[in-house]
Amino acid sequence: MEGVSIMVSANPVILEMRSITKEFPGVKALSEVSITVHASEIHSICGENGAGKSTLMKVLSGVYPFGSYQGDIVFQNSVCEFKDIRASENAGIVIIHQELALIPELSITENIFLGNEPTRFGVINWAEARMRTMELMARVGLNEDPDTPVKEIGVGKQQLVEIAKALNKSVKLLILDEPTAALNESDSQHLLDLIRGLKSKGISCIMISHKLNEIEQVSDSITIIRDGKSIETLDVKADGVDEDRIIRGMVGRTLESRFPDHTPKIGEIFFEVKDWTVGHPQISDRLVCKGSNFNVRRGEIVGIAGLMGAGRTELARSIFGRSYGNYISGQIFKDGKEITMRNVPAAIKHGLGYVTEDRKTLGLNLLDDIKTTTVSANLGAISNNTVVDRDKEYSVAEGYRKQLRTKAPTVDEGVGKLSGGNQQKVVLAKWMFTDPDLLILDEPTRGIDVGAKYEIYGIIQELANQGKGVIVISSELPELLGISDRIYTIFEGAITGVLDKNQASQESLMKRMTAATKSA
Amino acid sequence: MNIIKQLFGGNSRQFGMIFALVALIAFFQVKTDGLILTPDNVINLMNGYSYILILAIGMVLVIIAGHIDLSVGSVAAFVGIVVALSMRDWGLPWYLGIVVGLLLGAAIGAWQGFFVAYVGIPAFIVTLAGMLLFRGANQLFGKSLTIPVPKEFQSIGAGYLPEIGPNTGYNNLTLLIGFIGVAALVWGELRSRKRAVALGSDVKPFWVTVVKVVVFAAVILYVTYLFATGRPGTSFPIPGIILGVLVLVYGFISSRTTIGRHVYAVGGNRHAAALSGVKSKRTDFLVMLNMSMLAGLAGMIFVARANASGPSDGVGWELDAIAAVFIGGAAVTGGVGTVMGSMIGGLVMAVLNNGLQLLGVGSDWTQIIKGLVLLAAVVFDVYNKSQGKPSFIGFMMKKLGGNNSNPDLEVAEPLKGTIKTDA
Repeated sequence: MEGVSIMVSANPVILEMRSITKEFPGVKALSEVSITVHASEIHSICGENGAGKSTLMKVLSGVYPFGSYQGDIVFQNSVCEFKDIRASENAGIVIIHQELALIPELSITENIFLGNEPTRFGVINWAEARMRTMELMARVGLNEDPDTPVKEIGVGKQQLVEIAKALNKSVKLLILDEPTAALNESDSQHLLDLIRGLKSKGISCIMISHKLNEIEQVSDSITIIRDGKSIETLDVKADGVDEDRIIRGMVGRTLESRFPDHTPKIGEIFFEVKDWTVGHPQISDRLVCKGSNFNVRRGEIVGIAGLMGAGRTELARSIFGRSYGNYISGQIFKDGKEITMRNVPAAIKHGLGYVTEDRKTLGLNLLDDIKTTTVSANLGAISNNTVVDRDKEYSVAEGYRKQLRTKAPTVDEGVGKLSGGNQQKVVLAKWMFTDPDLLILDEPTRGIDVGAKYEIYGIIQELANQGKGVIVISSELPELLGISDRIYTIFEGAITGVLDKNQASQESLMKRMTAATKSA
Repeated sequence: MNIIKQLFGGNSRQFGMIFALVALIAFFQVKTDGLILTPDNVINLMNGYSYILILAIGMVLVIIAGHIDLSVGSVAAFVGIVVALSMRDWGLPWYLGIVVGLLLGAAIGAWQGFFVAYVGIPAFIVTLAGMLLFRGANQLFGKSLTIPVPKEFQSIGAGYLPEIGPNTGYNNLTLLIGFIGVAALVWGELRSRKRAVALGSDVKPFWVTVVKVVVFAAVILYVTYLFATGRPGTSFPIPGIILGVLVLVYGFISSRTTIGRHVYAVGGNRHAAALSGVKSKRTDFLVMLNMSMLAGLAGMIFVARANASGPSDGVGWELDAIAAVFIGGAAVTGGVGTVMGSMIGGLVMAVLNNGLQLLGVGSDWTQIIKGLVLLAAVVFDVYNKSQGKPSFIGFMMKKLGGNNSNPDLEVAEPLKGTIKTDA
């Protein structure tokens, strides 16, 4: 496949990553991945969440230093052994991360020259820095006072500052990780035009994006990565690539039997969300949920599919006691009656549970042991007049440990010492003990090995069999297809469709997850 | 080392500190030719440090919740002066004076708690402001003068258990407390054994229980003996009684009640606690409120002992209390700490102070030594953690490319499990 693109491209090769293999304990994140980027080319890397795109870019930019991976990086005809980001930057490779690395309090000039200040006898020459900033800003089409603090300009302009910063380092290869994820339409367009302008000046660009329409629009070639392997490299013009073609490459994998058998016993609709609209907690005019409608039936496992940043977690957490964002409008009905949950305790009282995607920072107190964690969302049930009955606590926790087969010597074990799968079981036990009617699971198998995943799926199905509603949010489409009875898709905060299990396929979901307009 | 661990249980820092305390006492006992463990000195020690220990009780909860309170000394001084004035100028009886003091402490705590919990100002700032505010208020109300307190009120700071019953040569009430202590110890040990058996969790060998009971009972009886044989008219001091009751009550609250659990949960991981339905703001509020209330109590005890309230009462107390808590095993990042540990930490500081004083060491060296002890205690803890966390075996496994035994690595990489290892 690489051979094809080399032949059709007239430009010389600027970067070649040959057979890159990167392993983490227990997982092979990248396996023999190769990509070839030509001079003056925009090369996109496509793949599902977790396919290995970011890992590959971290290898390239020296975040994972030479020696921690196998394979060769050949940049400008010499084999590179980057030991850190600085080394790759010196070679002319600059990565711009999704989360911008700007310091909000500092001015545009200060940010651009951070760590790279022009000095005379050790004293910063601000006049020169300012002059050069003006030039750089002109190149990226940014019209601001160079003394403006970065926090006072919008995200789109901040992105331009990042690029200006890269240009200042005489970049030859620019890596953009989800550059337009946080931008609106016109800012995105400006950014894409800028990248094309840079291309014409001889700067190559590697772009990672979930927005396939943008990829289609600007890329010269596309490498598709799936499950840590490079699948194919497409030449956009020669191969006549369109979004469907990319999607097929991204998801074209055979499904294994990774799910326990399950015959759903689905009842009536008991939980319904109507016109749910929520604002971003910091940015007042940005909506994270836009008039979402969905419902859950008893005994049903409902999947929510969406790419990272599509607003899945925001939707779930705003419903769960408004624990995220600013509530604007919308209603929640449970068993036909409207309910209002202003805080988490109210949500728990109304029979909701929420298992977070971010176990370490939002889900667990890593200082706690299994038993205190298990009972922590329902302390009332094991205490008399606020005095905790430790015998009851122990036996409850022990009961769940046996039921869920959590691997730990006793329930006195600290949760920080458990593996991801066992931690997740403890978190599930915590919510099962609150006896919820609706359990929302956000990426329930993230960071969990395959065997434990199977067990977690079993637990989810068992909960549904008890007549509870379960919502599963996941980035892994095979997982959603395997476990859900019905799947909602979400894109940029809006629900773009709902598919029954037998109608849904990875392609049909991906289509609805990537472009709201194209959902049919 | 294992035997010791089985005897004391708990974390290494805590039993490390018990040893430090014992070693310290032994050291001074030898160096001062037995001056430190005399009835008079022990009674003095209790009288002179009980208010710091009371502050440490409140402070450990504040620190577990992830905050700090720098205002306790000033709050104590302000409450002290208001109580003294209320009794001298407004004619309140001593018991109403105490009520006024507690209410005022709670009100101050509510003020500070409001800013910390509901406005979201860091406690460091709120209480730094409080430190200035209430110090100024003390001097404003008291016109920078010393205000005496009545005789009855003085007993809460300088009183002793009375002599009652037959003349045994000892103070009978002190003996009674000692015996109750031993009985409670035996009962508690037996109960926890029974519980462990019933639940099928780890049961310590019986000899461990026996040795533990014997050792602790001996310590209690010896301390009882010291307190019961003081100069005529002295015995176990009233502030010690107040402290003891508070330790029991707060020890119970922190470890056995839902609100106690909430404090640890909020300090351990605020977000996780909030998503588990803990009202974290209310928890913050209550912790700050409680701290100032206890500061008020400490202030009153100090005033009672000193017979008068003055403009520079309580200067530097916050540092003693904070030091006690950290020496006692609390973590700067919150979520870790115990009331008992803080008491041991406070006693380490108290014995150090007292012992150095008996040796005739000046305040210059005393402060230097105390500073170093605080630093050493925390260094010891941090070192232990850094050694303990990625265990040696886990480290070797990682090097060998063995199984993924370190859960930290598992979620650190944004793999989300989509990658299959084609096994």
